[in-house]
Amino acid sequence: MKRTSSLFTNRSFLIGAVITLIVALTAGLSFIWTPYSVSALDIVAKLKPSSPAHWMGTDHFGRDILSMIMVGSRASIFVALVSVAIGAGIGIPLGLWAAARGGIVDEMLMRFNDLVFAFPALLSAVMITAIFGPGAINAIIAIGIFNIPVFARVARGAALSLWVREFVLAARAIGKSEGRITLDHILPNMANILIIQGTIQFSLGILAEAGLSYVGLGAQPPTPSWGRMLFEAQTMIGLAPHMALFPGLAIVATVLGLNLLGDGLRDVLDPKLRHMR
Amino acid sequence: MNIWKSCLFGAALALLTSTASFAAKTDLVLGIVLEPPHLDPTAGAAAAIDEIVYANIFEGLTRIGPKGDVLPALAESWAQSEDGKTYTFKLHKDVKFQDGTAFDAEDVKFSLERPRSDKSTNAQKGLFAAIDKVEILDPLSVKVTLKQPNGDFLYNMAWGDAVIVAPESADTNKDKPVGTGPFKLDNWAKGSQIVITKNPNYWGTPATLEKATFRIIPDPAAATAALLAGDVQAFPVFPSYETIAQFQADPRFKVVIGSTEGETVMGLNNKKPPFDNPKVRQAIAHAIDRKTVIDGAMFGFGTPIGSFFPPHHAAYLDLTTQTAYDPELAKKLLTEAGHPDGFKTTLKLPPPTYARRGGEIIAAELSEIGIEAEIIPVEWAQWLDQVFKNKDYDMTIVSHTEPNDLNIFSRDDYYFNYDSAPFKELIKQIEATSDGPKRTELYQQAQKLLATDEPAIFLFQLPKTGIWDSKIEGLWENGPIQANDLTAVKWTD
Repeated sequence: MKRTSSLFTNRSFLIGAVITLIVALTAGLSFIWTPYSVSALDIVAKLKPSSPAHWMGTDHFGRDILSMIMVGSRASIFVALVSVAIGAGIGIPLGLWAAARGGIVDEMLMRFNDLVFAFPALLSAVMITAIFGPGAINAIIAIGIFNIPVFARVARGAALSLWVREFVLAARAIGKSEGRITLDHILPNMANILIIQGTIQFSLGILAEAGLSYVGLGAQPPTPSWGRMLFEAQTMIGLAPHMALFPGLAIVATVLGLNLLGDGLRDVLDPKLRHMR
Repeated sequence: MNIWKSCLFGAALALLTSTASFAAKTDLVLGIVLEPPHLDPTAGAAAAIDEIVYANIFEGLTRIGPKGDVLPALAESWAQSEDGKTYTFKLHKDVKFQDGTAFDAEDVKFSLERPRSDKSTNAQKGLFAAIDKVEILDPLSVKVTLKQPNGDFLYNMAWGDAVIVAPESADTNKDKPVGTGPFKLDNWAKGSQIVITKNPNYWGTPATLEKATFRIIPDPAAATAALLAGDVQAFPVFPSYETIAQFQADPRFKVVIGSTEGETVMGLNNKKPPFDNPKVRQAIAHAIDRKTVIDGAMFGFGTPIGSFFPPHHAAYLDLTTQTAYDPELAKKLLTEAGHPDGFKTTLKLPPPTYARRGGEIIAAELSEIGIEAEIIPVEWAQWLDQVFKNKDYDMTIVSHTEPNDLNIFSRDDYYFNYDSAPFKELIKQIEATSDGPKRTELYQQAQKLLATDEPAIFLFQLPKTGIWDSKIEGLWENGPIQANDLTAVKWTD
């Protein structure tokens, strides 16, 4: 269990894991409890700064910002999680297939990949939501589509390097099919790389969701979302800086946490990198 | 640069700017939110056109003054016949268009006949509908005969859509506007600014300003920053209600909250169930607290209204108590209408702050009585297409900023889908009645009818939130018409 112990001595991994855990727990907690209701408006108590009653103050409708950040984390996590699942669920099999078959299949899949990859992801996501209408589901699809080539490329690269290894050759020699070998030998040996990529894409998904909802294409009101909280804070930054500060910090902390987690995982799980240090 | 050098440089700069301010400034930069699509007020409904050209570049026979009254413009005076059907206008003499061509009765006849032709692209053809014929008596007198007496005729002729244009330049006014006004177009940097300069050959009292720049700033945060930095010295309709308090506390600025013709309403699709039931509409009206909406969406700026009429008008009736906030009554009405548990519906919101923020508040208030309104934000183009044109909506929020527009509720194909014979009859009578107590009486009947029928939920009157440098004088306090009349604007030192 050398790997596990080195995980817990890796500082990035530890910090990242703690932050990610806190965010995940907060999101979970928001389903059963928030300090205040996020749908009840209290205009009289609008734009109040931090206080013991409202730790992060209130917004322009008098809603409690802490409660909104808690509930908003659901949208962020949900969108990021499902879009990573879409990207991984389609991208990884495509990458594995390309690596296993090679030749024309590989060529076609990878060129198609390049095509999707060539579009700036966020801009295309804006386009997709503009055509199909704003909303969390369309944001998921948009971000998910652009996760596909990322996973496909990583899976293909890792799989190709495994296909020439002795144990794979041995498996071929005893007559295992390409599909069997991929499932039995290739996939398990590249799981760590995919997990690392998953955490990175997850943090990018959080950012993309915030970006889309900032421009009004993410989850629609009254569902709270971090990006829209930032947008609404924009004109009030002189009056109530806390309205921008806290959702901003929430995004920064979550993305930082996930990136640290990914970095830590890579340091520990990727042997090549360990040698480079 | 060392520190001494930069100090010297700063001192020199300060000296330079202070000497420059000894003479009163004659140029002004104004902020506007929307860029006009073009500059021909006779070929487009966009208010942004009039905000630049009205009274500055183009003039009509009459014009609307700062208080909403009808004043003479190109017509020096007029006489109305006994039967109220003919108006004889006496025109100012020695008036020239900005391209040097002379203005006379021919131009008036042309300008009043053009919008009535089939090819006309005028957005307000209704203004001219009453005209039967236009005759030239001599180069400085025009006789206009109406089909029937029309109490609004002189007012209608003061609209931006009824300005006098020359046959020579009428077709190119979109890009090269040529009017008779005290300013002429200097240049238009699309997407950035429109510059107008003083017309040296103006027939009337010349403007004090030599140059005025309209800078287009759609973003409310940028509008605040531009004013604070002095890049823009006046924002006649400031878009960021939340920062107004900051300017009120700053002696460098004057904050002038006036009235406009903008009745902000939540339009209901009157033909679509359950909104075809007046009880449902009344229930919704009682479920909405106008004060909360004004405080939350407008930061307290706005006057609650109970019907479709501007509070500054002499014939205004305050009917807000008739649909006062009363969730209990709302619930009762909803039960009587057969929806004890409420219903699901949608609320389409165009981009302005009053709609987006107001919609969120209203949706929260409606959920208290069981009506679950899904919020659908739409862009203006979508709103015009889906809501205004195709009536594909349940509820929507929009401000009706045209003056004198009570008659929209009598239009057959209007987006409210409201069809009321008594109301149509009232509007017909109003149009045939000249100003006076009879007309006031009719106006009030119409207001009462709307407040009872509640074809739309009447929310508040949009304020004119003007902010400008405290040394500027002469900008309009109220917005009786969408215009930035700069003829009387000057710097005081």
